Amino acid sequence: MAIIRDIMPAFELFQPATVGDALGLLDQHGSDAWVLAGGLDSFDWLKDRIKRPKVVIDLSQIAELRGVKEVNGGLEIGAMTTLTEVVRNPIVKEKFSILATGAELAASPQIRNQGTIGGNVSQDARCWYYRGGWKCYRAGGNICFADTPTAVNREHAILHADRCVAVNPSDSAPALIALEAQMVIRNAKGERVVNAEDYFVGPAIDITHMTVLKPGDLLTAIRIPATWAGAQFYFEKVRDRQVWDFPLMNVASAMVVNGGNIEKIRVVINAAAATPLRLTAVEDAVRGQPRNTATGEMAGKLAIVGAEPLRYNGYKLPLMRNLVKRAISGVEEPKWA
Amino acid sequence: MGVIETATNPWGQSVPIHIEFYLMWAAAIGGLAFLMVHAIYVQFLAAKETHTYSMTDQAAAARGIPAKIKRHSGVARIFHWVMSLAMFALLITAFLPKMGYPFAWVEYHWIAGLVLTASIIFHIFHASFWMDFWSIWPDKIDIEDGKRRWLRATGKSAPEPRKFAKYPMENKMYHLIIVLAGLSVTLTGVFMMKRVRTPFFTRNPYLFSDWTWGMMYVLHGLAGVGLIGLIMAHVYFALRPEKFDITKSMIGGSITREHYLEHHDPERWPVEANK
Repeated sequence: MAIIRDIMPAFELFQPATVGDALGLLDQHGSDAWVLAGGLDSFDWLKDRIKRPKVVIDLSQIAELRGVKEVNGGLEIGAMTTLTEVVRNPIVKEKFSILATGAELAASPQIRNQGTIGGNVSQDARCWYYRGGWKCYRAGGNICFADTPTAVNREHAILHADRCVAVNPSDSAPALIALEAQMVIRNAKGERVVNAEDYFVGPAIDITHMTVLKPGDLLTAIRIPATWAGAQFYFEKVRDRQVWDFPLMNVASAMVVNGGNIEKIRVVINAAAATPLRLTAVEDAVRGQPRNTATGEMAGKLAIVGAEPLRYNGYKLPLMRNLVKRAISGVEEPKWA
Repeated sequence: MGVIETATNPWGQSVPIHIEFYLMWAAAIGGLAFLMVHAIYVQFLAAKETHTYSMTDQAAAARGIPAKIKRHSGVARIFHWVMSLAMFALLITAFLPKMGYPFAWVEYHWIAGLVLTASIIFHIFHASFWMDFWSIWPDKIDIEDGKRRWLRATGKSAPEPRKFAKYPMENKMYHLIIVLAGLSVTLTGVFMMKRVRTPFFTRNPYLFSDWTWGMMYVLHGLAGVGLIGLIMAHVYFALRPEKFDITKSMIGGSITREHYLEHHDPERWPVEANK
């Protein structure tokens, strides 16, 4: 485990008041700049002295990055909106409750008061070898310490591992993908909008990054269309400690049921791979099927096809199978006391 | 700015992990600079080539030397093109992601690497038992003539070098260097497959020590970036007008009698006469 050294290495701190200023600074400093949102991920890296940016750009003073707006029946959430603000927003609770549930299950109340939605979706992997500062693939090296014959890899990936076996730890990400959210990214050259499911990058494509954000890029907002407003939602997170922990796995589903049959559905699982995974094969298989336990069981079995457990995470197969089953059938089984 | 990037392993040892990736740009720029210098030298500075022939066309015809002379068998040509496709696939999959065009490259890379390895193994057997094995390696005459060419190119007096055997000296030198680079990337690449998920091996990054693995990555990288320059030079020479007959022979298999008489010594590369 990383030794918390508490004293951060020296860096130049900027606190821009507008998005334009922030983009100018990001453009000026490029890969030397570190974007600071709520700080929950950043301060770990900085206090452990593993990441040593020359420049830190603190977004906390940019008012235009905060708040939830209703737009065309959907929502636009500023990237610096705290998880607590998202959870408490009446429109989120009324129309997109899956996001409120996911965000509320992230970390602890104190952390949700400080942590932002943009930071939650953009946070780095929690692999303890990587966070410990070892020069693994994700850190630019040539080895994955978590995927060796003797590795401790209980929290790691069972799907889509490619050299690195770290997983994405976000609780809000699967909910946003289920809601067909879009990420608004700006840089000095302009703005681009990417679908939430394309925002995340796996190790096969870019082993040192979790998202498509490049130096100079800034996630400014998350747009949620009206498409799934008021649909039937399911979100469940399994973690070691109920009070405060990263997910061992979580699942989000949004569905429209007509006459007892599933008409439209999106199912997303996270902490099974380096990116949140939309289970399109499951969606195709259950569309048109009755929403019941049998369909859920079939979906659960289908979801884990191709999964390859590591030494200590074989439990993730039944976990994922059951989470997907419950996300489809909507029957929550008795929880542990 | 060094050549090798190092890291501290869990035992506190400083170990090499791979080459510095700017070297790929250095190789590309170096390759490009060589091509430009060579092109300028040939165009403006080199003494104009005089066309001399080993014998007249009529004399050659009388001795039964065919109008088309076989230079590469069909099997050798297939090997060459399979190897070149694998080599391009390897360079693209290795370096495009590093140049800022990310894609899922690992699987394509090791598959192309296996194709290259298989084609090299085939070539070693084919060249050893079905081809004139020694014809591609520089011999004493090549070295002597190399010295003569160098002396003459630098304005000193030296006897006229003889015409080539089957392969010109530059072909032989290129082959020698590509053998070293090719064997380096394939041998290290096969071991590196133990570090990724393939259907052939169970992953085991602890097969060798961190230092040994690191040096393997370094050698793989150095040979890889070296191949950038080598392939650039190869393509450049293949497209040069004075070498184009040789390039065409890698497609059609043969060179003309005129080219043969101009560039090759029938005593050093005797061809089968027409019956």
